[in-house]
Amino acid sequence: MLVLRNLFRHKLRTILTALGIVVAIASFGILRTIVDAWYAGANASSSARLVTRSSVSLVFPLPLTYAQKIRQVDGVESVAAVNWFGGVYITERNFFPQFAIQAPAYLAMYPELLLDDAERKAFYTDRKGAIAGRKLADQYGWKVGDTIPLRGTIFPGTWSFTLRGIYDGADKTVDQSTFFFHWDYLNETVKRSFPRRGDQAGLFVVRIRDPGQAASVSQSVDATFANSLAETLTETEKAFQLSFVAMTEAILVAIQAVSYVVILIIMAVMANTMAMTARERYGEYATLKAIGFSSLFVAGLISAESIGLALAAAAIGIAITFPLANAFADAMGSLFPVFYVSQETVTLQLGAALVVGVVAAAVPAWRAARVRIVDGLRAVA
Amino acid sequence: MTTPLVSIRGLSKHYVRGDQVIPVLVDLDLDVAEGDFVALMGPSGSGKSTLLNLVAGIDKPSSGEIMVAGVDIVKLSEGELADWRAANVGFIFQFYNLMPVLSAFGNIELPLLLTSLSRRERRERVATALALVGLTDRAEHYPNELSGGQQQRVAIARALISDPTLIVADEPTGDLDRATAGEILGLLDRLNDELGKTIVMVTHDPKAAERAHRIVHLEKGVLAS
Repeated sequence: MLVLRNLFRHKLRTILTALGIVVAIASFGILRTIVDAWYAGANASSSARLVTRSSVSLVFPLPLTYAQKIRQVDGVESVAAVNWFGGVYITERNFFPQFAIQAPAYLAMYPELLLDDAERKAFYTDRKGAIAGRKLADQYGWKVGDTIPLRGTIFPGTWSFTLRGIYDGADKTVDQSTFFFHWDYLNETVKRSFPRRGDQAGLFVVRIRDPGQAASVSQSVDATFANSLAETLTETEKAFQLSFVAMTEAILVAIQAVSYVVILIIMAVMANTMAMTARERYGEYATLKAIGFSSLFVAGLISAESIGLALAAAAIGIAITFPLANAFADAMGSLFPVFYVSQETVTLQLGAALVVGVVAAAVPAWRAARVRIVDGLRAVA
Repeated sequence: MTTPLVSIRGLSKHYVRGDQVIPVLVDLDLDVAEGDFVALMGPSGSGKSTLLNLVAGIDKPSSGEIMVAGVDIVKLSEGELADWRAANVGFIFQFYNLMPVLSAFGNIELPLLLTSLSRRERRERVATALALVGLTDRAEHYPNELSGGQQQRVAIARALISDPTLIVADEPTGDLDRATAGEILGLLDRLNDELGKTIVMVTHDPKAAERAHRIVHLEKGVLAS
């Protein structure tokens, strides 16, 4: 009761401090979610999938014939050729990932992409067919049967696809912003215009029987093509995704640092508030101690007030993180295909608020507990 | 001869400022009988408030012995002293020292939170104390809604709520006008006469001191009479 009443003793001070914590905790949550979104691809990857690419660079393709040789490596279950398409939908602003895939093999490797049987069949039987994720389809208002024109940048020309299906994710970690079409369609078209670029895959996705054998299978695949004109680099899908994250690691480190700096700043603000609060009440603390309350009780009063304020404000901050994240994701379009506030982020937000509350109260509580009763009573006079 | 409630022997208190030792109380002996009403008087800096603080167990002497109801409070630890004060001492301060966020009821109830009394028992006791100080109709009022005299009545009710052995009052009328001071002193008289409470009161006011059974004068840290 005393803690609750004290909290609202200086309403403006309490409201402004709480507002600061709300903003800090929400900002912390959004920044952490951005970092999570960066790692979403890696986190959603399967340990049963490997990626084989050119050991020189991802921009150098591999011969399609490699698929057969990879398939013969012990431990390999299936292989699918994949090419990054990099097309433009209407304007350059409409960015979303587009992949040419060997559809049956590829989709069999990704059971987390949920596609209706009828739509799957329609996609498989239409050479110019394509499928898109639900988020992407919703963003552009696409419906099954729509014609989607893409202007090729890597593969010049205007490409026209018929949307045959819209896939959902098995859970919210699955990217629903990707556009897939048939690798054969890409290959045949390219071969007609640029015969020397035909039968080339950007990379191969490899499904293995035992995820525990990923390292040895990767070595075997790469050994198969050692000393050839196009040597390979095979790694787990997670390592492959993390290699993209590593390219922007400096930005990620900066975002993470800023997220912690925000918490440190609000910790300093809160500590100042609690120090002022405690200083004003030394007389009251001395009175409480005089009538028999312990030093620990007095320290507990300050700590409970500080932690209570931090957690109450954090609850509001966490609550507004969700709509803020949704608005941010909408504003970013398909830049962050997977963008959601994770349970871990909420736990970190609560943890940060708790630390702010405890640290802010530490010194004032210690001082109030140690203040001599006669000195505190003199403060009243 | 009966054992005094408060027995002080060889009590000294000094402060150290840099390399200077400032004596406040010097080798003081004093007894206060149970049911007595003692006024401590003296000029500013004579050590009367320090003596009151030492008797109440909120300050430690430099040397000497303070026995209250057979307990040598000098030897108690901080934690033991807090428990001892909760059970044995009621405080009345010059500026009332009420919690501004608690009502009159809440302020009076505070010392009872340190006891094992049930909520119902606490309510009954607070109601009795409020009636005793004539503030039954002000139970839900906050300190800033009460006059100085009413606040001091609340403080008196808080001081006696846990039925202490000893009530210490530091200039209880120092912040009040003459008429209100008279009412407060009348209330202290009743606590002493009707409830048999032992009261040690510091005051500058000779009129207030007249209410006491005994006046003890302090001069530069020693008893003057």
